[in-house]
Amino acid sequence: MLSAFDNFPALLIWLPLIGGVIAFLLKNEGSVKTWALFSSIMTLIVMGVSLMYTEPKDYLLNQVSYIWLKDLGSSFGLMLDGMSRILCLLTAISFPLIFAATWNTHYKTPNAFYGLMLLTQCGLMGVFLATDALVFYFFWELALIPVYFLASRWGGEKRIQAAFKFFIYTFAGSLLLLIGILYIYLKTPNQSFSLVSFYNTTLTIQEQGWLFWLFFIAFAIKMPVFPFHTWQPDAYEQSTSAVTMVLSGIMVKMGVFALIRWLIPLFPDAVKSYDNIVIGLAVVGMIYASCIAMVQDDLKRLVAYSSIAHIGLMCAAVFTLDHEAMQGVMVQMFSHGINIIGLWIVVELIEQQTGVRKISELGGVAQKAPILAIMLVIIALANVALPLTNAFVGEFLMFSGLFRFNIWYAAVAGLSIILSAVYTLNMIKNVFYGNTNTLTETFREITVNQRVILAVIVVLVFMVGVYPGPMFQLVEQTTDVILKRISAK
Amino acid sequence: MSKLIYLVPLFPLIGFLVNGLGRKALSRSIVSIVGVGSVLASFVVSLLIFLEVKSPGFTPQVITFFDFIKTGKLQIPFAFQVDQLSSLFLLIITGVGTLIHLYSTAYMDEETAPDFARYFAYLNLFIFSMLLLVLGANYVIMFIGWEGVGLCSYLLIGFWFKNDAYNDAAKKAFVMNRIGDLGFLLAVFWMIARFGSTNFADVFAQAPGASAAVLTGITLLLFVGATGKSAQIPLFTWLPDAMAGPTPVSALIHAATMVTAGIYMIARSNVLYNLAPITQNIVAVIGLATALFAATIALKQNDIKKVLAYSTVSQLGYMFLGLGVGAYTGAIFHVMTHAFFKALLFLGAGSVIHAMHHEQDIRNMGGLKKYMPVTHITFLLACLAIAGIPPFSGFFSKDEILTAALLKSPVYYVFGVIGALMTAFYMFRLYALTFQGKFRGTHEQEHHLHESPKAMTIPLIVLAILSVAGGLIGIPEVLMKDAHRLQSFLAPVFAESQPGGETVSHLSHSTELILMFGVVAIILIVIVLAWRKFSNYTKTTETSTGFSSILENKWYVDEVYDAIISKPLRSFSKFLNNVVERLAIDGLVNGVGKAVQYGSRQLRLIQSGQVGSYILIMVVATVLFFIIQLFWKS
Amino acid sequence: MPVNYYIFLSVALFCIGIAGVLTRRNAIVIFMCIELMLNAVNILLVAFSKMHHLAGLAADAGSRAGSEGQMFVFFIMVVAAAEVTVGLAIIVMMYRNIHSVDINFLNRLKH
Repeated sequence: MLSAFDNFPALLIWLPLIGGVIAFLLKNEGSVKTWALFSSIMTLIVMGVSLMYTEPKDYLLNQVSYIWLKDLGSSFGLMLDGMSRILCLLTAISFPLIFAATWNTHYKTPNAFYGLMLLTQCGLMGVFLATDALVFYFFWELALIPVYFLASRWGGEKRIQAAFKFFIYTFAGSLLLLIGILYIYLKTPNQSFSLVSFYNTTLTIQEQGWLFWLFFIAFAIKMPVFPFHTWQPDAYEQSTSAVTMVLSGIMVKMGVFALIRWLIPLFPDAVKSYDNIVIGLAVVGMIYASCIAMVQDDLKRLVAYSSIAHIGLMCAAVFTLDHEAMQGVMVQMFSHGINIIGLWIVVELIEQQTGVRKISELGGVAQKAPILAIMLVIIALANVALPLTNAFVGEFLMFSGLFRFNIWYAAVAGLSIILSAVYTLNMIKNVFYGNTNTLTETFREITVNQRVILAVIVVLVFMVGVYPGPMFQLVEQTTDVILKRISAK
Repeated sequence: MSKLIYLVPLFPLIGFLVNGLGRKALSRSIVSIVGVGSVLASFVVSLLIFLEVKSPGFTPQVITFFDFIKTGKLQIPFAFQVDQLSSLFLLIITGVGTLIHLYSTAYMDEETAPDFARYFAYLNLFIFSMLLLVLGANYVIMFIGWEGVGLCSYLLIGFWFKNDAYNDAAKKAFVMNRIGDLGFLLAVFWMIARFGSTNFADVFAQAPGASAAVLTGITLLLFVGATGKSAQIPLFTWLPDAMAGPTPVSALIHAATMVTAGIYMIARSNVLYNLAPITQNIVAVIGLATALFAATIALKQNDIKKVLAYSTVSQLGYMFLGLGVGAYTGAIFHVMTHAFFKALLFLGAGSVIHAMHHEQDIRNMGGLKKYMPVTHITFLLACLAIAGIPPFSGFFSKDEILTAALLKSPVYYVFGVIGALMTAFYMFRLYALTFQGKFRGTHEQEHHLHESPKAMTIPLIVLAILSVAGGLIGIPEVLMKDAHRLQSFLAPVFAESQPGGETVSHLSHSTELILMFGVVAIILIVIVLAWRKFSNYTKTTETSTGFSSILENKWYVDEVYDAIISKPLRSFSKFLNNVVERLAIDGLVNGVGKAVQYGSRQLRLIQSGQVGSYILIMVVATVLFFIIQLFWKS
Repeated sequence: MPVNYYIFLSVALFCIGIAGVLTRRNAIVIFMCIELMLNAVNILLVAFSKMHHLAGLAADAGSRAGSEGQMFVFFIMVVAAAEVTVGLAIIVMMYRNIHSVDINFLNRLKH
């Protein structure tokens, strides 16, 4: 039994799972919150410790495979490689931040809420760690189900509708994914679901062609890429902030992650023949989402559309199959998660005090809460990829790769750099600058706790932004392996 | 000494952090000491570095600190370039910066203590970014500074953020800069794609091997970046609006330093530009067009800062003309002299505005010379310098650019001279309206008129000395042999692009002298005209008509941009949001859902609940099966 | 007697049964009609069973051909008996609840 806990991937899955189950059993709101925070910090500590064991000789600590459904050829295989590390790190950092930032929010049946949140964390970790297609699919769904309940039980007035749309949308994608996985499973030489046998399966060009779209649509819905994105603004708008943070900060990265881990290595020929279509879609989506973000009046919807634009860039960069761009995507997945969670925290803080999210109804917050304003400006500028903030490094490399792929894609996508400045500055101007009105007249400066949380985010923003070297080192090998596979084919 | 180069940007960064984090705790005097002291310390280090660079036997150095981005084949070190060009800019930035910081301590004294600290924090951050821009040994580090100064400009234009108009001006500045930045970024990507590096040394070494199309593309994109930052056509409209910021900011950022970043960048990339003659011509034409265009607008402006702003745009145009015709030293020379006299003009204007209690309309001024003697004298000297009267500094730098333009094409020269005449005219119109004649403001204003405090007048005097004497480091060949010290100093930087030196004159000395003094004579006439016309100006209520109203409204450029870009973009976005998003995409998605629901509702009707009907369906279905079975394939 | 006659009789009975099921509303009558249909099938099974048996005997004296038909008849009779018990019980319950054996009242599944 103990052997189930003696390596990092297993711990990263078990800890949130156990934490979640215990959270369900606790009745008192205060103790549930404390427990959830404690549990998520434990996970973070484990994740932090695991970063010290990244050498090839620590193989046994970072890779594991349990007997699971032996007759089906599926084993419970988990692995902590560079890309998993960066995303698990994001997941591990995000949850304590989310719990701390929403500490003052009261939920009905808090034990269920926090239990489901921790289960979501377990599911996310599983997705990032799985080396077996069935396990991957299992966690893919496991992450979805708690989020569905979280989104439908807590949130705005139209939450049921939004959560339903979200669920049906992503579930439809998941089914396509399942069909694809099963087809490849039947084609594997040794009837196995493991990543290695999937990689070793040879598929004809035609098979790759339609399997590519099955997988791609599933992942595109999750990311989401234009035109599969309409669940996202609704879901973000209607969910409570904590859930929105999980959705936008981490869950959308599942899609990008899955592209790199599964889609690209499995269908190299199809990727090469459809790259123009996908990048075209992504680039159109970037401009489209940026334009829409400019005319949004709801803070949450604005952030949602800005996120679609950023994810579009990541998707495009993945398909350039360029080493530097891929590195940029990996770092950007982390940076974007941090930045957008920071933005949501600010939105949440504003909404807690004023009760509104309408940009046009706010104003002058900077006079009342200068520290909040400074934090927001830093995070927002990181979101528009100002140099020396974390997003710059990633976006620079991604655009650079896109440019090498095709100059015009980069030039058109580059317009989103301008548009993002427009909507971000508009938002800052209308919410924070100008004069106060009746709503914001009584706005109070944020508390010390909230300052600490935002300060953590700001520190992360600058750490990655000024000295991104360690991040690149972390993922360099994964990128090499994946791209070598493709060029070998 | 050049090993200590990191100190130069470090001091302002520390100043920024101290003032920024301690803005509530620190008193005004500490804030001032930290703010001014950090830039002064930078200046001292810069001076030492300059002396080292100037000493014989110095070779340009690249000092690498760590790898900013290192992945795959791409390596972008965080490195500084110490050579003649950067050390000269260091001096200008920290020198003028120190003076303006000092001036600000008095100018901003009406602000509350936290705002005062915030102001100095921003200003220090600006100096830091500007130093990064100038010191960067590759285009990425330069870009960091490039965007950083844009950010600081945004923060400082919108310093009084309660005013929505100021916020709009700040936003406009940032967005327009970003448009240029996109060009810059694309150029950097192109370099990475083509040369695999962004280090100046690598890029310049490989440049001769690249095709003309690539070089033209890269240089044009870089120039797009420069038009944004240095306010050239078509991206110049933000600069006049940027006057919303505090006046010392206008002096430092929007006259002396940041807006010259584009010139610095192109001068730094002179190797590339020399290989791309098409771009050079475009640079020259755009520069000349901007110089003339902005000068016409400046003729009719009534806001003291707006006149100076358009004058800045116009002078920047001259610098680009210089770059375009290959007179890199001339352009840099003009950057330097312009930094002196334009900073002086802005600070003088600030002094006037301070005395007039934030009145900026020159129609309400007049006769200030007797109230503000120091401001008056320094302002007059700056006007003479910018108008190009010898031996003031502007004469030498402008003359060098115009001579180079004449060598390229007489057309450039003629238009350049016309611009110079307009410059003289609007500057002396401004001077006469402000300082000559009778005071036209309210009694209350007149009562409060006073000379500014020492902290403001000392920078004025220092800058005035520099404006007067600054030109002497670049006396042209024709007037004195081997006296162009700046050219010999900068020669190593531009050596590659100009093997023969740049003012190898095809003109005979006598022609050059005749032209030079002919132009000066005409300028003097224009000055006298302007002086006489506006010294006895009285306020009139009549509105201007026809051409002058077009000039007064700045050729309606803002309105045109609004009509052809902003508004269509907004309505397009609204269309996307309301029609494409809601009706088309979401409509399709919800449509699928609705179709399923509708279909189910129809199917439900079959389930009538009547057992008889179920049986009937069963029987019919059975019979159907039989029929199908019997007749299917036979 | 040729097997055709049996077939005609069986089809006639079956059609009467179907018609009864489709047209009548009284549950008991429908029930009887279902029985009629089952028995129509029984007749057919027995008739074919006899036919095949005779054909089998002609080829081989010890043949048991056609006995399956008779087996099926027994199965159907058992099923019918079970059906009667359950069905009648349902009808009785129905009568107790709604005081009617009209099947058109049995449309609650719809709602």
